[in-house]
Amino acid sequence: MLELSHVTRQFGGLTALNDVSLSVPTGRVVGLIGPNGAGKTTLINQISGLDHPTSGGISFAGQPIHRASPHLIARMGIARTYQNIRLFGQMSALQNLLIGQHIQGRGSLLGAILFSAAYRAEEKRLDLRARELLDRFDLSHATDSPAASLPYGDQRRLELARAIATQPRLLLLDEPTAGMNPNETHALGEHVLALRDEGLTVLVIEHDMTFIHQVCDEIYVLNFGQIIAHGTPDDIKNNPQVIEAYLGQEDSNDGAA
Amino acid sequence: MDSIIEFVISLLKPLGVTEPVFQFMLVSAILGLSIYLTLYTGMFSLANAGFMAIGAYFGVAATQFWGWPLWAGLIVGMLAAALIAIPIGLPVLRLKDIYLAIATIGFGEVVNVVILNFDDVVAAIMTALQGERVRFRLIEGARGIKNIPRLTETQYLIFFLIAVGFLITRLHRSRFGRSMAAIREDERAAANMGINVTYVKNIVFILSAMLAAAAGVFSAHLTRIITPDAYGFDRAVDILSFAVLGGTSTWLGPIVGGMTLTALPETLRAVNQYRGVFTGAVLLAVILFLPGGLVDPAGARNTLRRIRSHFRRATDSTRTP
Repeated sequence: MLELSHVTRQFGGLTALNDVSLSVPTGRVVGLIGPNGAGKTTLINQISGLDHPTSGGISFAGQPIHRASPHLIARMGIARTYQNIRLFGQMSALQNLLIGQHIQGRGSLLGAILFSAAYRAEEKRLDLRARELLDRFDLSHATDSPAASLPYGDQRRLELARAIATQPRLLLLDEPTAGMNPNETHALGEHVLALRDEGLTVLVIEHDMTFIHQVCDEIYVLNFGQIIAHGTPDDIKNNPQVIEAYLGQEDSNDGAA
Repeated sequence: MDSIIEFVISLLKPLGVTEPVFQFMLVSAILGLSIYLTLYTGMFSLANAGFMAIGAYFGVAATQFWGWPLWAGLIVGMLAAALIAIPIGLPVLRLKDIYLAIATIGFGEVVNVVILNFDDVVAAIMTALQGERVRFRLIEGARGIKNIPRLTETQYLIFFLIAVGFLITRLHRSRFGRSMAAIREDERAAANMGINVTYVKNIVFILSAMLAAAAGVFSAHLTRIITPDAYGFDRAVDILSFAVLGGTSTWLGPIVGGMTLTALPETLRAVNQYRGVFTGAVLLAVILFLPGGLVDPAGARNTLRRIRSHFRRATDSTRTP
């Protein structure tokens, strides 16, 4: 579904991504781990169009996307969340999800001004679906609260709900469990697995190895902008290069995290 | 309609508001809406004064030079501003915050310079083409255009404001209006939701330019004389202060801000040369105590809560020994 081939991104003299190739097969949850500063978020930015590779190619469902604008990539079916939550803070949770459904809307300005039947029907449909999503992610209590005023865990889930509202085929999650307690992390994992079972493909950046084991089918490890390992969670756990990247050269048995 | 307007003005009489003042208050309200649209989308543009000049000059060209009625002048002025806004907006709206402000101030200055030198430049070109000295006077540079017919009526302004207010409320509830707010809140996240940020920003910039131009057409047919210095940097800052005073959390804010700031010098006639000081003090007080502006439902609730808890704390501390 998603193919990166020889992607390199340089910022001046710094090579943030160096010849990265990876593929995310349809219907699977692929993890991307690596120490801080390894280039994980830079990689997600290349895929979602906020930044473009210096060289190399990215293709999604067979189409090249490495030069496309973010809004076109979103329309092709790629949605994402952010490491530091980026909700529309002053707007209510419901409005955040209405904006999430922007692509689904056809409504023209004229329709809204004339308050046409088609416009009203569409607004009703979007509103209904937004409320369904709030329900699904246990956010019904927050429907009309400004997003910025919600507790941290709620904001994380709202951001996920907003990404789902775009009806993506590929979901990019950038450290979705950061700041969550083990219970919240596990519940989020259940959400991700449920989404996979509905046919969604997921690429997730994560540090929490419990979460990685819970949701990922396979893992790529990024260090200093290069892929140093690829395999199942169990392979990776015992890979000496990975252990070295995280913990230095001393031998250790207790996993990569 | 006439009797309603007379009644409203009679109510405002104690504040020093006469019908001409009231008309300029309504023009300011339109200018307030013009800057409201861009601020609501998170664009700090100060191009409104420049577009007001474009509206005024093109509108007057239609009414005075070609003898068309006011409504035709209004359309000509607004269309001219819209057409000029397209090539300006495309490059300039890539900038953000203070950089956008500086670029749009520059646009205002360019409009001024063009108006000042238009006649001379045309004369020079015609001289070069025809090989003999040609005199050309049309918009009269710094002297300005005089004897413009006084066509603007209070009820036109009120009708225009109601129409625009109606369109803006509808806009807010639409998909496009939501995109505007999303861009203000987080431009990158909005793009990742599939919103074409460049498109929305440019459309809003055009709509804002058209409103400023409409205000320019109306005011030109009130003042009966237009000179380029009326649309300079001072005017741009005045328009910004409408939004600061009224607040931008609802579209009523800049209307109230514009009308208040236009009425204030008349109301403060008693203090004569200190009027500017008072206006400044009012503006400062609003920024300090009502940071959301005069019309800010959420802010007002917060302020009330703070005052109440302050008093509660005061009474609590008297009770504790």
